[in-house]
Amino acid sequence: MKYRVRHTTEYRYTEAVNQCRNETCLLMRETPTQRCHDSQLSISPAAVDCHERTDFFGNRRTHFAVLQPHEALTVTAVSEVEIWAPAPATEAAASLAWEAVAAQLQQQRTPDNLAANPYLYPSPLVPRSSASADYMRPSLTPGRSLLAATAELMQRIYADFAYDPASTTIATPLPEVMKQRRGVCQDFAHVAIACLRSAGLAARYVSGYIETLPPPGQERLVGADASHAWFAVYLPEHGWFDFDPTNNQQLSQQHITLAWGRDFSDVSPLKGIALGGGEHQVVVSVDVARQPQVVSGQQLQQLQQQQ
Amino acid sequence: MMTNEPPLSDPDNRDIYTGVTAATAALPDHWRRFRQNLDRLGPTRLRKRFREAQRLLRESSAIHNIFDERGGGRDWQFDPLPLIFSQGEWSQLEQGILQRTELMRLILRDLYGARKLLTEKLLPPELVFAHQGFLYPCADGNFPASQQLNAYSANIAKGTDGNFWVVDDYTRPPLGAGYALETRVIMTRSFPQLFEGFRVHRLAMFFRTLRRRLAQLARNHHDEPRIVVLTPGPAGADYFEHAYLASYLGYPLVQGGDLVVRDGCVWLKSVDGLRQVDVIFSRVPDTVADPLELSGGAGGGVPGLLQAIRLGNVVMANPIGSGLLENPALMAFLPGISRYFLDADLKMPSIATWWCGQDKEKRYVLENLERLLIKPICPLPGLPAVDPRRLTSAQLQQLRERISAEPRLFVGQEQVDYVAFPACDDSRLTARQALLSLYVTAQDDTAYRVMPGGLSRVAKHGDNLLVAEQAAGGIKDTWILTPEPDQQVNLWLRARADEQLAPRFVSLSSRTAENLYWAGRYAERTEQTARLMRAILVKLREVREFDDPDDRISLNHLLEALTHVTLTYPGFVGKEGAQRLNDPRSELLSLIRDAERPGSLRSTLRRLGRAAAEARDLLPEDAWRLVDQLQGWNPRVGRVLIGSGRMYESVNQLVLQLSAFSGLAYENMSRETAWQLLNIGRRLERALNLIDLLLVTLVPCYDSATESRITETVLASCNSLVVFRRRYRSFMQLSPILELLLLDENYPRALACQLRQLKKHIHDLPGDSVSTQPREDEVIIAAAMATLKQTDHRLLTRQISDNGTYIRLEAFLTDQKERLLQLSDCLVRLYFSPTLALHRLGSPLREVVL
Repeated sequence: MKYRVRHTTEYRYTEAVNQCRNETCLLMRETPTQRCHDSQLSISPAAVDCHERTDFFGNRRTHFAVLQPHEALTVTAVSEVEIWAPAPATEAAASLAWEAVAAQLQQQRTPDNLAANPYLYPSPLVPRSSASADYMRPSLTPGRSLLAATAELMQRIYADFAYDPASTTIATPLPEVMKQRRGVCQDFAHVAIACLRSAGLAARYVSGYIETLPPPGQERLVGADASHAWFAVYLPEHGWFDFDPTNNQQLSQQHITLAWGRDFSDVSPLKGIALGGGEHQVVVSVDVARQPQVVSGQQLQQLQQQQ
Repeated sequence: MMTNEPPLSDPDNRDIYTGVTAATAALPDHWRRFRQNLDRLGPTRLRKRFREAQRLLRESSAIHNIFDERGGGRDWQFDPLPLIFSQGEWSQLEQGILQRTELMRLILRDLYGARKLLTEKLLPPELVFAHQGFLYPCADGNFPASQQLNAYSANIAKGTDGNFWVVDDYTRPPLGAGYALETRVIMTRSFPQLFEGFRVHRLAMFFRTLRRRLAQLARNHHDEPRIVVLTPGPAGADYFEHAYLASYLGYPLVQGGDLVVRDGCVWLKSVDGLRQVDVIFSRVPDTVADPLELSGGAGGGVPGLLQAIRLGNVVMANPIGSGLLENPALMAFLPGISRYFLDADLKMPSIATWWCGQDKEKRYVLENLERLLIKPICPLPGLPAVDPRRLTSAQLQQLRERISAEPRLFVGQEQVDYVAFPACDDSRLTARQALLSLYVTAQDDTAYRVMPGGLSRVAKHGDNLLVAEQAAGGIKDTWILTPEPDQQVNLWLRARADEQLAPRFVSLSSRTAENLYWAGRYAERTEQTARLMRAILVKLREVREFDDPDDRISLNHLLEALTHVTLTYPGFVGKEGAQRLNDPRSELLSLIRDAERPGSLRSTLRRLGRAAAEARDLLPEDAWRLVDQLQGWNPRVGRVLIGSGRMYESVNQLVLQLSAFSGLAYENMSRETAWQLLNIGRRLERALNLIDLLLVTLVPCYDSATESRITETVLASCNSLVVFRRRYRSFMQLSPILELLLLDENYPRALACQLRQLKKHIHDLPGDSVSTQPREDEVIIAAAMATLKQTDHRLLTRQISDNGTYIRLEAFLTDQKERLLQLSDCLVRLYFSPTLALHRLGSPLREVVL
């Protein structure tokens, strides 16, 4: 499946900002089932000091500054991405018990296990909490397959937590979300991550997008989409498996991965420090458009050459 | 009061040297010789010198910080009995600490690089990935390899078994080398006799090595290394140590707000524009260094700093992220790491440490809690190091629960019996355990040097030295003996051609510049207010003694002037003013003593103190001491006795001390930008103050008897009475008074003189050398001077308005005041950075999702 994703963030200030310095995590990374053909950033007013790098988690980060006074800052990322359906979990992966996974993570320091290690511990937005451990417990019966337990956890979050954009803000701490049992995709991902980590399992936060289909008989609205978030759990020797508790489904061809980290704070799409500015207002619009599966003449040539 | 002198020995009749004597042997030679020196000094001199040393310590620029917002600063006692190490003992210590530094360098490089220590199972990954000292933005492989450990320090204690134990590792010394230096200074000043017959290593060489290393790090500007010392600012307990060190090393002391990132480089905002910075000798916590990428909250940091480091345009010493090494849990794994990296055992062991993140170790700690010391693995609010033996059973239970809930956050450490060294507490000889901080600096990319000395701290009687880290106790000098005397080292000497020690990079940061300007203004404002107050106190007494109605009227005018000049409305003016004029004592007392009231003497003194503290590294030592002492100025005289000689004397003392402050600044500061700014502040304030005083006192017309009383008091409060009488030999007439106070360019109290000085100082300020246009500030002052020159003092009192004021005098004074205020605004705009608030952008992602 091919998509063209357009993600625009606009900051509007009540007073002019003298200058600002920012970091984005908006350029798309690649995964075993996702190839990024193109990912471009445009910034207005003109940015200086632009530097791209790959961060500790393998995400693409861009540093930039705007040194002229401005009353609005607009950052737009446009990415062309191709996605294949993830292969279903093998028998071996599907039957791996959660205790075995936790034990292997403790004992075997393979490069892959070590790379998953940072995802085992409390992180800035996912502190240790007994509420999470309590919530996790019913799904962790002895000897149970980790993937089955995680699927159940996802299903329970989907059932127990109300989707309510008005209930939380970025600043709502996880214990509060656990208590209120409501939130948005970001909160649900954090809930699941806290639960899995409480059992000694490695879980990470994935930020991305999901293709939305218009109600039957209606046109797709441009810009009505949104950024999305879910989580993934790690199985030694089998890698990461993604779960979307907001939609109660595993990774699909409609899920477009942007970046991942220990929690939202590692993959915040745009953060910055501004000098001056007074109050600010943020407007975000995301557009995920499916592209026709047509191979261009040039690509066809390349394919023929490869053969 | 003299009592019988106590004998110069331990009051409990213990031998204070027991701790430094090996079981069977005699007292080591150096301690024997030291005891002789001490005996020769004798109890009387010891006590006298002891008191003097305490005074020096209190006044010490490095140690005392009255502006510490956590309250009080470091409340230490100076202990004149040093820790003495023979050459043999020291060389053992030195080898141990050098090996450990090398190990720390390798660990740091590995954990931010290949992380072999994790794959080889020499260190649990949790101690890295879950530790707040491990900074992910610094670990992405984009950091230049040149970022290496440049400074290290360790706390060492000596066990009664004769072994030295490392109890803490620091990559950012919380108690820095500046304290060690200052301790040595006090020791040599107060107890020169105790050094007799000893050859003690000097400390200066260490700082020279440090300077050379920092200069090496400036890879882009070998010829002219541009190095700054970064501090969190005056609110921190160690600010004055930072200022002391910066000024000793000759580097500008800067705060985060003084630095800015442009074009991938770091720049210092200075009075002469942006100046690039090559090396930052950082004293701020890692996590606040860059508010853009690190989470430690805004304030104190430089947005974009990490990116500038990645680009290799600036070097941090120590590198950001090295706080990871301060984790005490590392100590449990050091022996294995040492064998792995160095193929050798540790020469100096760490104190036995159990990290509770491992099951077996956690059980051990919980079972032996009362024999151990419990420390958190990283600084955590509300979780200090604790000695479980001092806890109540309820607290002990709490601690157990805390450890069981999050064992990975704690270590248990063995409580060793430490040697009690000879010590002196409240001028009585005794023996106390001591903790020695040793300091290491890199010499080049691979070799390190240890400071031959250090800062030794002793606990108060009964306190646990290892817990009372920040608490009050004693500090003492540390002597490393040497058979050969050290050469006199001049820090500023250029030893080799490739070694640039002389700092040509002495830019003045805009913040420091602004503070110097305000220090000048507040010093002058306090002095003027104090002079006026002094004149009022005299008048107050005269009114009471002679009960002359003219005295009463002129007193009232002075009181009104006081309100106007100090802007403490309503005060003696307006409706309620009349009542206060009747009995001015409460209001006067408040204007003298109420430190919380803006405009009062104590409040202005406090502002002077704060501004001076921010520019601490640029003020002469003695001038600073005066400001520091004046912070305690508070005449203990009540309302009833306000007219007494005691209050007069207090205010008089204040006037004298403030004059001394200007004198010290005048005599001791080189005529550079810092001095210009201090003086611009002073001159501008003096001019404004004079104008305000004259506007209130001399603009209204009076009958001649009252006028002569008022003018006399005005002259007195301007310190000009004697000059006037000598020069004019006349009664108090307005016209000659105005000539003296306004127009005489050569009279240091006259307005004309202030303007002339201002013009000269402003001309000397660094400016845009390209532009041929005169600067705005020069234009304003020139215009003010031109008006003044055209003024004829005889005409000023010619015309009287309908409501009884000298209309021309008033217009002249108002015009001058306008111009001076304009000048002040202009200076702020041209030379001092406007302090705009930093603003953190949150991240969106609160939108509707399916």
